[in-house]
Amino acid sequence: MPILNGLPSMSDDSRPQLPRHTLGQRIFHFLGSMDLAITLLLALAIASVIGTVLQQNQPYTDYLIKFGPFWFDVFESAGLYDVYSALWFLAILTLLVISTSTCVIRHTPSMIKDMWNLRTHVQEKSLRAMSHSHEWDVSSSVDDSVNKLATELSQQGFRVKQTAKEEGILISSMRGGMNRLGYIFTHVAIIVICLGGLLDSNLPLKFAEWQGRIKIETRDLATKDIPAISRLPVGSNAFRGSIHIPEGRSAEVAFLAMRDGYLVQELPFKLEVRDFRIEHYATGQPKSFETDLVLFDDELEQPLEVTISVNHPLFYKGYAIYQASFSDGGTGLSLEAWPLDSGAGNKPFSFETKVFENRQMHWGEESARLEVLSFRPFNINPDPKEGDPDNLRNFGPSFGFKLRSKTGEAREYLNYMLPVPRNGRDFYLSGVRSSQAEEFGYLYLPLDSEGGLTAFNQFLKRLYDLEIVESVAHQMMLETLASVEHKDDDLEQSLENSLISLVAMFMSGGFAEVATFIDTTLPEAERETLGPAYLSMLREMLARLYFSGFEQPESDADTEQQLTFLQDAVDAIGSFSRYGSPVYFSLTDFDHVEASGLQVTHAPGKSTVYLGCALLIIGVFLLFYLPQRRFWAIVKKKANGSNIVLAGMSNRNPREFDLFFEQISKQLKQVSGNS
Amino acid sequence: MSNRINALNIESDTALAQWSWRGLMAIAAVVLLQLYSSVFDSYEIGIVVLTAVSLALLGQNWSGFRRHVIAVTVLSFIALWLYGQDLSLGETDFFLSYILASQSAFMWMSALFVMATVAYFSGLLMRSSFTEKVASGLTWSAATMGMIGLMVRWRESYLISHDVGHIPVSNLYEVFILFAIITALLYLFYERRYQTRSLGGFVLLVITAAVAFQLWYTFEKQAHEIQPLVPALQSYWMKIHVPANFVGYGAFAMAAMIGVAYLLKSWCQTARPQGLLANVLPELSMMDDLMYKSIALGFAFFTVATVLGALWAAEAWGGYWSWDPKETWALIVWLNYAAWLHMRMTKGWHGRPMAWWAVIGLFVTLFAFLGVNMFLSGLHSYGTL
Ligand code: HEM
Repeated sequence: MPILNGLPSMSDDSRPQLPRHTLGQRIFHFLGSMDLAITLLLALAIASVIGTVLQQNQPYTDYLIKFGPFWFDVFESAGLYDVYSALWFLAILTLLVISTSTCVIRHTPSMIKDMWNLRTHVQEKSLRAMSHSHEWDVSSSVDDSVNKLATELSQQGFRVKQTAKEEGILISSMRGGMNRLGYIFTHVAIIVICLGGLLDSNLPLKFAEWQGRIKIETRDLATKDIPAISRLPVGSNAFRGSIHIPEGRSAEVAFLAMRDGYLVQELPFKLEVRDFRIEHYATGQPKSFETDLVLFDDELEQPLEVTISVNHPLFYKGYAIYQASFSDGGTGLSLEAWPLDSGAGNKPFSFETKVFENRQMHWGEESARLEVLSFRPFNINPDPKEGDPDNLRNFGPSFGFKLRSKTGEAREYLNYMLPVPRNGRDFYLSGVRSSQAEEFGYLYLPLDSEGGLTAFNQFLKRLYDLEIVESVAHQMMLETLASVEHKDDDLEQSLENSLISLVAMFMSGGFAEVATFIDTTLPEAERETLGPAYLSMLREMLARLYFSGFEQPESDADTEQQLTFLQDAVDAIGSFSRYGSPVYFSLTDFDHVEASGLQVTHAPGKSTVYLGCALLIIGVFLLFYLPQRRFWAIVKKKANGSNIVLAGMSNRNPREFDLFFEQISKQLKQVSGNS
Repeated sequence: MSNRINALNIESDTALAQWSWRGLMAIAAVVLLQLYSSVFDSYEIGIVVLTAVSLALLGQNWSGFRRHVIAVTVLSFIALWLYGQDLSLGETDFFLSYILASQSAFMWMSALFVMATVAYFSGLLMRSSFTEKVASGLTWSAATMGMIGLMVRWRESYLISHDVGHIPVSNLYEVFILFAIITALLYLFYERRYQTRSLGGFVLLVITAAVAFQLWYTFEKQAHEIQPLVPALQSYWMKIHVPANFVGYGAFAMAAMIGVAYLLKSWCQTARPQGLLANVLPELSMMDDLMYKSIALGFAFFTVATVLGALWAAEAWGGYWSWDPKETWALIVWLNYAAWLHMRMTKGWHGRPMAWWAVIGLFVTLFAFLGVNMFLSGLHSYGTL
């Protein structure tokens, strides 16, 4: 390829190097070398991959579980859990910035010269030697031709200069000199962006931590108890912090997550959340998150009231406040605890609690710690009844909680406030699971005709009341044995006892326990016949216990309804042992309080970065789409007219320049009067 | 006096054609702004103006593009008119359900792209320039149907409900179509500039692959359903960030396919200099040049897209750069091509190694575009599979 460019070639290796004397020069050369630049670009790319493959900034215990102790340590010391602020990563970036700077320093002077210099020193010989050149004769005088050519070239957007030479007049012209500026812009932009980014990084914090001036707090403390060494005063430092503010409350600090702990950043203003709102699409997906915010600052005449939402932050004094997330802000819940277990008393009792509140509960001789986890004002789920997953239904409010026993074991529950219909009847629904990994299993408590749990509670009370159970068992025994002729006391006693213990077994473990009893105690030969007999006796007992609670015989329709209720109640009681809680909490009322999750950021380097971005974009387009093109013409006097030698070159897109050169030549020949 | 010769030396159309086109775009923009002056905010006005200017620039010397824009506009309006206010007509009206409803238009697009690929290759192998012309026509039609599909889908989203309505560049399904259309248009642009149709089959191969994936995605995951936008995506930045990104992806994909053609030809030249492929494919130096052009274009637009992404992130997530996997992969792609460009511009590398590198670049790009959504999680998890 011909040297298209008057500059020494940009590639360092293709031109003979002057002997280098000092170490400084050698280092300068190395830093500005293209090989280093390309190596660094690729190294940075590869290093960045690591941070995307390995999830960054997770809790350290997660990594420990994932990699085991050995690799955990290896990866930790390589800084892989926070690659982008690891020393080696920053070192690559720094080297890239140094290398680019060296490059810019080295090339800028000649680039600037090249931008303006029209090169008036070329010889006719060298014009003829260029790969793009033409020669022709015209009848007009030298001055006339020069004028015409110069005018046409300037009309084509070229800057033109004439120089008188021995052999004639040299016209030098250039278009697209700004291409060179493109180089400078692009590369300066990289430096500017990296410096701006440095201003906004958490490097100063890391440095302060390394010096021992600040210390990351890992304990869960109330804000006012956090020691000064973990607090950052209002200042010019960059940060990205978050705060959760419940509706009606305010905050003056933000929390910066650092590795396995946090720091507290004080803010120069106070933020109060008036209201937080979520709007939903018809399908239940969230449509918008909004917070009505009030900002208090002594410098303001009156507090600033604004509504922020996702994509619409508030900018104030160089701080930006974003809608980042939301959570429960301690919703007040009115609960009624309905005993399910004999030990838990036999009357429901009401109490008030809040989301995120923990309290020790006592029911008779039983106790457990109630940890309220969550509240949702509505649940839009597929309606299982329809069998069509697109058919959505609002299941109403729900709240989640854990019950933790003295031994520390906990089960998680999810209770719905409103009754849920199933097979045409209404039930209270409560989900239970023993670990996050499991699906919820559900308890369905049947509602009585009043829509409450009273009937169920009454029935349960009878089942736990030993006196009633004994008298019903006695009655049933008498009726069963009425037709038997030879009654003896033993038979009577053993039947009565069996009935009582069947009920007791059922109450403690449902039908499953009765089945186990049958399997383990009855001889195999009798199991076939006696097993079903036991089960039907149990059912009969349960029915008698239930119906003996009513004074008057009811109509047939009512009896029908009572039978289904009995069935539902028996099913529910049968699953108590799996439900595992001595009480059922029914949500009677709530006072919804949400908390808005805000992110507060201070990025003093932002405008620097944006400036760099603008430079980068302008630079790249100048580089690619504004080729620098030069034309020269030497006009010499000839017998009758003049002789013109034209030559041109471009610093990029040689293929397009072929065409361009021909077009320009044609134009110039036309105006100069080709003969 | 003489016309000024363009820096890009695109051959100029007649002044009349140029001015009527620019006038048309100006009028269209003014009418649109008048019509919606009450609902547009300043950013939307900016976007309309920007679109009109770029259409005017693209079309002033490119008659094929002018026809494309007019066809898309006219047919989209017909579709809107047929729809009226009733979305269900999309399934009952004959023209909508067979041609113009977005799903049907996309099916047409897919079929036409596949046909165009076949036609390009047959034209190449049979050395039939007529067949190649047909292939160009098919590609234009495919791009047109795809564009109509997007326009109509835009309207359909508003017909579902006003608050669901949004520009169709918000999920993987929609951007795949955008990718196919943009890549095709880029190719058609260079096809005219370089006066060769022999690379069409290669470029259309990526488009066909995209279309195949798209079809699988439609049938397997019901991905074509129009979903409302999550709050993070409700931003005017999306309207420019995503298309700019896809000009980048499309250009990189094209460069890679030209790289493939380059490698094929250079092998054939050494192995079987008289072979068919060695003779029908364009000169090596031309492909090399085209590859460079394409990567330069992709790099420029990718730079713009990444900067726009940073501006958006600063508004939605609270920081212009978060090292989120999608962001980071954009950076990786960008660095990779920056290295490619330096290698070529300043070290003067040419030929096979650069072609290989362009092909590898496609895989890096593909990972940034698809792989991140499939395998990595982060803030950008809108387009998950
Ligand atoms: C992140 C870092 C860098 C980026 C994004 C970058 C970007 C670019 C771009 C886009 C071009 C234009 C390529 C073309 O015309 O095809 C270019 C050219 C160039 N770059 Fe870089 N560059 C970087 C670092 C460097 C470094 C460290 C050096 C010095 C060793 C360097 C030296 C050059 C040179 C000499 C040119 C050729 C200019 C010309 O011929 O007009 N670049 N760079």
